[in-house]
Parts: sequence; C-alpha cells; structure tokens
Amino acid sequence: MDGGQQGRMTAGNETFPQALSVADLRLDPRRRRREWAIHRLFMAAAVLSVVISAAIVVSLVGNALSFAVKVDPAALWTDGWFPRRGLYDIRTLVAGTLIIAGVAMLIAAPLGIGAAIYLSEYAKPRTRGVLKPALEILAAIPSVVLGFFALTWISPNLIQRISGAPLFNMAAAGVAVGILIMPLIASVAEDAMHAVPAYLREASFGLGARKRTTSLRVVVPAAISGIVAALIVGISRAIGETMIVAIAAGATGGSLFELNPFRPGQTMTAAMTSLAIGSDSVRGAALTFESLFFVGFLLFVVTLGLNLVSDSFVRRVRERY
Amino acid sequence: MASIGRPQPVSTAELVELRLRGATLDWRGHLLQGMLLTSLLLALAVLAILLGDIVLRAIPVFTERPIEFLTGQLSARPQRAGISQGVIGSVLLMGFVIVLALPLGIGAAVYLEEYAHDTRMTRFIGTNIRNLAGVPAIVFGLLGLAAFVTLLRLGNTLVAGGLTLAVLVLPIIVITTSEALRAVPTSIREAALAVGATRWEMVRSHVLPYAAPGIMTGSILSLARAFGETAPLLLVGAVAGTFSSSGNPLGQLFGSYTALPTVVYNFARESKAEFRALTAATIVVLLIVILLVNATAIVLRNRYDRKW
Repeated sequence: MDGGQQGRMTAGNETFPQALSVADLRLDPRRRRREWAIHRLFMAAAVLSVVISAAIVVSLVGNALSFAVKVDPAALWTDGWFPRRGLYDIRTLVAGTLIIAGVAMLIAAPLGIGAAIYLSEYAKPRTRGVLKPALEILAAIPSVVLGFFALTWISPNLIQRISGAPLFNMAAAGVAVGILIMPLIASVAEDAMHAVPAYLREASFGLGARKRTTSLRVVVPAAISGIVAALIVGISRAIGETMIVAIAAGATGGSLFELNPFRPGQTMTAAMTSLAIGSDSVRGAALTFESLFFVGFLLFVVTLGLNLVSDSFVRRVRERY
Repeated sequence: MASIGRPQPVSTAELVELRLRGATLDWRGHLLQGMLLTSLLLALAVLAILLGDIVLRAIPVFTERPIEFLTGQLSARPQRAGISQGVIGSVLLMGFVIVLALPLGIGAAVYLEEYAHDTRMTRFIGTNIRNLAGVPAIVFGLLGLAAFVTLLRLGNTLVAGGLTLAVLVLPIIVITTSEALRAVPTSIREAALAVGATRWEMVRSHVLPYAAPGIMTGSILSLARAFGETAPLLLVGAVAGTFSSSGNPLGQLFGSYTALPTVVYNFARESKAEFRALTAATIVVLLIVILLVNATAIVLRNRYDRKW
C-alpha cells in the first residue's frame, strides 16, 4: 500500500520516472553477504545430522566386522553369553530381548491402545486436560528409576507372589518396560485416532450406530495404520531399553540360554552395559571391545528396521486424511 | 436393523419410540468405556505407587541427614555417602547440551523448514533425523565411545559424556523445533517478505518469535530427557563405582566424572540394604528436577498454545 502511493506521488512529480535496473532490486552487498552466510550456517547444522548417522554406522560396522572376522563361529552358538570366557552365544541375547519385549507388549499394547481410545473418543475436554499431562509425566520418568522400581516393588510384590521366581527375573523387567513404553504407544495411537475426520463419526452416528460401535468399528479401523505404527514403535523402544533390564533382569556378568521369563536373563542392551561397566573388559582381553559393537550393530539394525516400517505406516495415515 | 422382516410383538410406532427414548441400557457400551478408562487409570496408578514407594523409602535419608546427603561425596559406606558429584556432573553435562545441541538443533530445523527446497536431499536429511530420534540411547553411547573417547582421544572425561548427550538429543530438538515452525502460518512469512525483508530477517523478526514457545517447550523436554539418561553415559565412562575424588568438584571436567542417574544405577547395584534408602533419596532429587522441568514445559505450552 505504502509503496504504491509513494510510486504514484513520484510519478506525479516527475514526468519521466527513471526505470529501475536489476541492480536497484538487489539488496546491498552487506545484507546479501549476511544472508548467504546465515543460509550456509543453517545448512551446515542440518548436514551435521547426516554426518552423525554416518559416524554411527561407520563406528558400528568397523568394529562389528572386526569381531565377525576374528571370532570363532562356534563361539557364537554355544550354551550362553559369557564374553569373558570367549562364549558369545547370540541366541541367549536374542531370546532374552524377545522375552522381555514380549512381556512388555503384553502389558503396554492393551493399556496403551485402551488409553488412546478413551482419550480420543470418550474423554471430555476437562478430563483429557488432566489425564493427558499425567500420562506425559509417566513418560518422563527416567528408565533407571523404573529399573529400581522393578527390582524393589514389581518383582517382590507382583512377580514373586505369582511364581517362585528369584528377585532378579525377566518378567519384572518386562512389566517395567511395558509401563515405560505404554505412554508412547498411547500417544502415537491417539494422534492417529485424532486424525480421523469427524464426518466419519457423524456418518456412523447418523446411521444410528452407538458410541461403542462408532469407536470400535469406524474410528479404530480408520486409524489402524497409526495404531500398528504405535505398536511397532513400542516394540522398537522395548528392544532398545537398557537400564531397566540392566538393573532388574539379573545376569550382570553373563547368562545361560534361558526361555523362562521367571528366571534371570540377558538382553542385547544389558549385555552391552555389563561389558562397558566392567571397565577392564572393554579395553582389555580378547574380543570384548569388539563384541560390544557387534551387539550394538545388531540392535541398531533391528530398531532401524522397525522404525522404518512404523514410519511408512504413519505416512499412510497422513496421506489418507 | 436385523429385526426387520421378523414378526414383531409390538407395533412399529412403539418400537421406534422405544429406540428413540433409549429404553435399552447399552451396558456393553458402558462396560467398554469402563475398561478403556481402567487401562488409563491402571497406568496412572502405577505412577502413583512408584512415586509413593520411592518417597517413603527416601524419608529416612532426608530426615536424618539431608545436608550431608546433598553435599557429601560418593562413598562405599552408606552412612557417609552423598551425591554432590552426581549433582555437579549432571549440571555440567546439561551445560554441554545447552551450548552444543540447542543452537545446532534449532539451526538445522530452521534450515529444513524455512530455507531448504523440497529436494531429494532435504527429504533424505529429514528421514535421517527422524530415524536418529528412534535409535536406542545406548547406541549413541557406542558412537561416543568410538568417536569421542577413542578417536578424538578425549578419554573417559565429562567432555566426552557431554558431547554424547548433545548428539543424543540433537534429533529430538530438530523434530520439535520443526513442528513449532510448521505451526506458524504462511501468511505471517508472506507479510514479512512483502515489505522487503530478506529470508533471515523474516525468520528472525516474524517466524522465530511466534514459534518461540513451541521451541522452548520442545527444548526443555529434551533437556529433561538428557538429564535422566544413563545408558550412554555408562558406555562413555561415567564412573559406575564409588570413587573418591579430590576436594574440587570442578575437577570432574577433565578427570573421572559421574552424573545423577549414574549414581542411581550405582547405588541400586549395591547389595547392602542401607543403599536402598540412598537410591530412593537420589531418585527423589532426580525426579524433582525432571518433574519441575516437565511441569514448566506443560504450563508454557498451555499458556502460549494459540490456534491460528
């Protein structure tokens, strides 16, 4: 507006207004240089993320490869995970990881999705305003705290009541991991149900459907991709969870192959911490340093794969609505 | 619906009236609603039990020797053990995260949202950052061990720990900042560009001020995350043992260091029963900080939450 009026005024004063050249439209050089510098600076910050991922992959692959080359293949398939004795049975770690992630999902999947449906479909705004922050606080509890809770409360009060399990057992760790990932599952699943447009619900009500039919037969199927994504993200987090397992699942030094959740066990993550805190072993004998990276590489590949799958499910919801 | 065509005992008019008045109680609906609410309340009950249990366990420490506990040094003897090194270590680590990760993360988000065109490269960087956010924390510890401790020869110092934590939260800061920037409507940007602002001037004077509350909330939450993170610190050499340091706590910068969550882990592994109370007391300190920070973020978000 201002520019237009001014333009007309000068046009009135001068009979032949001077035509603007390209140079007039350019910014003055100082401003342009600053623009350029800031642009590059921001770009460098973004590129750094790629550098970090590359660094992770390189550092993992390098040491993992040197482990794979040097290790005796027979040591990868024995009776247990005892790195200090040169026994690197991967089955032990995979079994422990899957059992704990399984117990966790048994807890977190129904609770998380139930909470998500309630928050998205049933809760009134005021109830939601209280319950959602409460769930966020649960999500903010550090895993080392939940690990202590698993050892001192969940294990004696829940697990040992129903079974003759020792204090350190995989079930208690699994329950605690489930509590840890439940808010995450609830939040991702709720986002997906929130994205279901209101007209689908209205159409369902218009046909005379009840609230429960609308929630379970219309909203949940419409948001199913997002719900699946929530579950996959949950599994990925459960597999990568470290401190709870390191504190409550037992088996600090090593572990025998174990499938019973009511016994102590070892996961990939817990094996890594116990390798790392026995500080002599990381830099010391045999292949312990490399085995740390080998396990880390496995963990990275598995969680990356799960995250990519979940990402594609989330994108499917976003494209639909 | 299914009853159409079957002989009805009542007239259609009566049936319709019955339906409209809702004479049949939908008990299954109520049951479902109850179950859904229960699943939510069950999780919150666990939260309540956790907080209650830990506070109860911690009470003896805070009533008997609160000052010595907060200012004392780590010790294998529970009667003398304190957490001062953990507190100072955590504060120093947070300093690293704030100085390194905040500017880098916000810068990367501004580039991706405000500068970059939608090219294959941009999308690659975006996907990359989202995947980095999903990488388990302990893998970042491995990166720190390989890159900072071994390759850069920083050794098991607080600097290596700080760098590792900064790298860990960087993707989270980028993601939350991007979301905050995306919530600022395009019209605000066009208004700035229309009066002749350059891109940086537009970002600085128009986009960032409106996105600031969102950026702050996200950054605060990721700081809280870094504050409670333990696993990567164990890999990059935060001491998991009761070390006795020389009097100067700032010596941690270049010597052996520890942080509050590492102290929790450390105490939790001690077999002496007295350490249970010490663990709980340390957790209380850790949780007070984390919950305060989270509450600040939630209040901030609710106060400045605006719909365009």
